[in-house]
Amino acid sequence: MLAIVGTVPQQDFPLTEGEVSLMDGKLLISGKSLPVLRGTPALLAASASVSSLLRAENPYAFLVGDIGKGDGSRRLYEYLTGVFPRKTFSAIAFHYLQPDVDWHNRVLFSVEEMTERPLLIADAGFMYAAKMSGQAQQYDLFTPDAGEMAFLADEEAPHPFYTRGFILHEQNIVSKLIERAYLHENASRMLIVKGREDIIATKDGVSKTVREPVVETLEPIGGTGDTLTGIVSALAAYGIPLEGSAVAACRANRLAGLLASPTPATQVSEIVARIPEALERIIERADLHLTLMP
Amino acid sequence: MGLLSFIKKNAPEKKTFNSGADRGILVFENTSEVIRAETVLKERGMRVKVMGPPPAIRKGCDLVIEFPLIEELMILRILEGAKVPPIDSVPVTGPLLKPVELFQNKDFGDYLMVRAANMKITVSKESLEIVNVSGGGCPDVPYLAQEMVGKKLTEAPSPREIGHTLCGYALQLAFEEIRRICLR
Repeated sequence: MLAIVGTVPQQDFPLTEGEVSLMDGKLLISGKSLPVLRGTPALLAASASVSSLLRAENPYAFLVGDIGKGDGSRRLYEYLTGVFPRKTFSAIAFHYLQPDVDWHNRVLFSVEEMTERPLLIADAGFMYAAKMSGQAQQYDLFTPDAGEMAFLADEEAPHPFYTRGFILHEQNIVSKLIERAYLHENASRMLIVKGREDIIATKDGVSKTVREPVVETLEPIGGTGDTLTGIVSALAAYGIPLEGSAVAACRANRLAGLLASPTPATQVSEIVARIPEALERIIERADLHLTLMP
Repeated sequence: MGLLSFIKKNAPEKKTFNSGADRGILVFENTSEVIRAETVLKERGMRVKVMGPPPAIRKGCDLVIEFPLIEELMILRILEGAKVPPIDSVPVTGPLLKPVELFQNKDFGDYLMVRAANMKITVSKESLEIVNVSGGGCPDVPYLAQEMVGKKLTEAPSPREIGHTLCGYALQLAFEEIRRICLR
């Protein structure tokens, strides 16, 4: 089962855990309903769509309200350190959380106490904390965009806001940023660098590049990176090897975008609605159905 | 000793960036400002402490305030509100690091997108409505998107007013830049 840890942009949303399903365009968790907006809800919706298509278990979420003050994130971190050692998941995706090195380390330690180590995926704020903590190599997958890749490549930067200019200038040469991130041990076992080309890499260099379909207008749409992380997390948690999951997720996310006929004003919920169709097409085209479908 | 404990105890020490990696330093003109600022921040529940400045800090007085760097935007807003703004704010691990100054603009025909660091904001050129906010990873980003998308550039709340984190700060820079371009 996939676990997803993140926040929702409502100050009063209580700390909640439970299975998540997607119904009529809304997320349902423990009797609460959430709209599919950018951030962790978009990731959850994408994962739930994929799990439903694969007839796999629904993703399991640990959520809390946090509008950036960090109070909700810290409550959730504390909660996780208590419950993780008793849980079993095939993968955990950490997402929009207030970056906090001390709490990051405590949560990671609690993961190490689990009977079986799950696949560890980090994106957004938790990825920032993982890099800052010096523990990036404990993770199986990071999913940065180009700006975040420059941050991972800058061994000095504590946050993308402080990425040094000479490294930002190199962002068009993503392979160099990847190399630099691995050199300073600031990258996970595998990376998906989201962008005009989605690049999949390990410490040995770029292994796959996904270029098609090209949908220029996806870049300004908030949440399209979240959906990619949601798709790859669900596929990997299902048991598809990580690189295969990454390639399929990049293709499906792009195709879902294309199917939504987006403009820069499109909202991510319109793309989430296209994920099942897109993934089905990718599976058929890649002749992966025997591997993917029960 | 169980096997797990034994392995943990004997495992090689993991690389640790250092415990101050997510901390920042506020620099003030004099110590009375430091004391006032500390009082104001602690009253607001912020996790701060007064300490001596690192050698790389060559301005201000002989005391600084250490704070959670991610919450820089919220902390600066509190201090400006209390009329005790710092003369500088820098990361502990890199006192010479500066916020990004590079902006990247992308023209989508009817829409314009501006990126600062990891944050992007997109507006309709005709209506000047903010149509999307993307990028970022701190929890105020989805909140800021929720509050800003659908509003005109002239009416939307600024991230400086309602944001809390460095991602919010980066969005503020992108917001100022796109306002400068579109409202000139």
